[in-house]
Amino acid sequence: MLRFILSRLVWMVPSLVVVSFLSFVLIQLPPGDYVTTYIATLAASNEVVDQNTAAELRSRFGLDQPMIVQYAKWLGNIVTRGDFGLSFEWQQPVSDLIWERMALTLVLTFSTLLATWGIALPIGVFSAVKKYSIGDYLVTFLSFLGLAIPSFLLALVLMYIAAVEFGQEVGGLFSEAYVQAPWSFYKVLDLLHHLWIPVIILAVSGTASLIRVMRANMLDELSKPYVTTARAKGLSEFRLLVKYPMRLALNPFISTIAWLLPNLVSGSIIVAIVLSLPTAGPLLLQSLMSQDMYLAGAFVLLICTLTLIGSLISDILLALVDPRIRLE
Amino acid sequence: MSEAAIAGGAVAADPKRLAVASQWQLMWWAFKRHRAAMIGLWITVILYVIAVVPGFFAVNDPAKQNARAAYHPPQALHLIDTAEDGSWSIRPYIHPYVLKRDPQTLASIFTPDTTKKVYLKLFGQGFEYKVLGLFTASTHLFASENPNQPLFFFGADRLGRCVYSRIMEGAQISLSVGLVGVLMSLSLGVLLGGISGYYGGRVDFVIQRVIEFVLSLPTIPIWLALAAALPQDWPAVLNYFMITVILSLTGWAQLARVVRGRFLSLRTEEFVTAARLDGASEGRIIFRHMLPSFASHIIASMTLAIPAMILAETSLSFLGLGLQPPTISWGVLLREAQNIRSIATAPWLFAPGAAVVLAVIALNFLGDGLRDAADPYNK
Repeated sequence: MLRFILSRLVWMVPSLVVVSFLSFVLIQLPPGDYVTTYIATLAASNEVVDQNTAAELRSRFGLDQPMIVQYAKWLGNIVTRGDFGLSFEWQQPVSDLIWERMALTLVLTFSTLLATWGIALPIGVFSAVKKYSIGDYLVTFLSFLGLAIPSFLLALVLMYIAAVEFGQEVGGLFSEAYVQAPWSFYKVLDLLHHLWIPVIILAVSGTASLIRVMRANMLDELSKPYVTTARAKGLSEFRLLVKYPMRLALNPFISTIAWLLPNLVSGSIIVAIVLSLPTAGPLLLQSLMSQDMYLAGAFVLLICTLTLIGSLISDILLALVDPRIRLE
Repeated sequence: MSEAAIAGGAVAADPKRLAVASQWQLMWWAFKRHRAAMIGLWITVILYVIAVVPGFFAVNDPAKQNARAAYHPPQALHLIDTAEDGSWSIRPYIHPYVLKRDPQTLASIFTPDTTKKVYLKLFGQGFEYKVLGLFTASTHLFASENPNQPLFFFGADRLGRCVYSRIMEGAQISLSVGLVGVLMSLSLGVLLGGISGYYGGRVDFVIQRVIEFVLSLPTIPIWLALAAALPQDWPAVLNYFMITVILSLTGWAQLARVVRGRFLSLRTEEFVTAARLDGASEGRIIFRHMLPSFASHIIASMTLAIPAMILAETSLSFLGLGLQPPTISWGVLLREAQNIRSIATAPWLFAPGAAVVLAVIALNFLGDGLRDAADPYNK
């Protein structure tokens, strides 16, 4: 087990190098660089930048060097000093900008994961046990609906209802008074107060697919002879369900964490942009648009790391739940 | 036993037909019993017919702006026309709206004029449109009998363009992106998955690592980065093509995995060994013997992949990274509904979203039914 985890961790290193290089290339792909964008913004406000200043800016940002050199320097600084470089647009070290946003992204993702499981598990079991009842049809229909609604559309509809029916602005993760405030108990309370809307929006599509998975798994297990045996022994229906079939049905459930986690991180980006949440999404989009490459690169790198860790966690959990699986 | 159950009641009465039925026939019989899937099939067919000739279903030129009709509310369609003497007939009409200005805020107020009726003509003549870029036509499903009185079934947007007609027009791009993207990822997936599963060994190991790598990438940041890398001034056709390529770049891995698994399990089957001993070429073994035995599975997983592509295009265009106006797709239309102020004044701007949801649900039901029907062990 320990060897498996270690070897997976070692494998993560080359994957991350490839991912970070890929994202670096991607960000540099559009014609021009940050200085071009910068000059264009200045030109919009009638300021003229001559060639010398532009060249000077490029050499200060290190943009005049070949891409591979830029990449090597960037990666070297991350590994040796934990320094993600300087964000051109914000004129601040990248690490000052991203950590709080990444932390909030993680909080959002984990709350969504908990909500998704909390809703999907009991409903999935219910709809398998009461197969072909009205409740089952309703759940099936709703879960298909949940799969079909793009999360940003759901966010828009909720914003519309909140604005028109309740006269309330939805968006952000904090009240105005707490946005700049240092972390305190009341700020956490304020966060919880705002968190539930994006959590519900994000949980809808995840819940829908997990209900389908759970229902199918339970149906497979419920017809097996050991269930009949347990019932013949006089076990109560609830204990019987929880003790055997549910435990087995959970197995494919856990292997879905591998894709649930990256999906959530990815999916939250668009919702975060619509609801203007202070998470990674909006800043990533902005940095991609203005070719602020160190900032965008750092985000893509961190999100990929999260994804890889997520799939590792799911493999470990799988081995813990099902003793038949041996990780070699 | 299992075959009899597939065919269901009506056919089971005729065991002779069942015994000689081909695999596709058995699948069709099983599929027909799945009511939700049949409804999904019909809706999908209708949507794709609209996607082929959107101009025929549109009532107004989707690109035409009309400053006097900005945020024109949706008009209710009345089907039964009652004359003054109490007799009635089926003749669709709408009440025209009158534009007034609020004297204080100068905001436009539309009120229906119930004394007047504008009748609709089936297969009437209207604006000219192109059919698949081949020839022009001007016949429409509905046309107003009074050309000066525009119809707005789903209202009008900020520039007075007809939302209904734009949804019809957007169907062409939004629905074809899914189809083209899935075909692209299918060819890549079948090719790589096939090589990987058929030859095994070292080739398999390398391709598997690549697939794992692609699957572990978070899709949306990669799409965002790729889409942001596209120059904004490219022609619409090229832009459209690149977006589908971007979407299929991450989609092929899943299909390649399915194909590989199938090839691996079929490789050792007796009929494949027999074909090999008969001296059949590798190409013949793959395409004549192996591929048909899992084609139905591939079709089902393709159908389930199309809605994901449609959603992806919608999201990208919504963020302004996908297709760019004046190209019309459902995602581009939803950009109009981006800020809370415009949807508060004109909630009908959500209508393209309803089109997306309808298409995705229909395709999901269709794919679900196909998957069940394709599984010969499904009771």
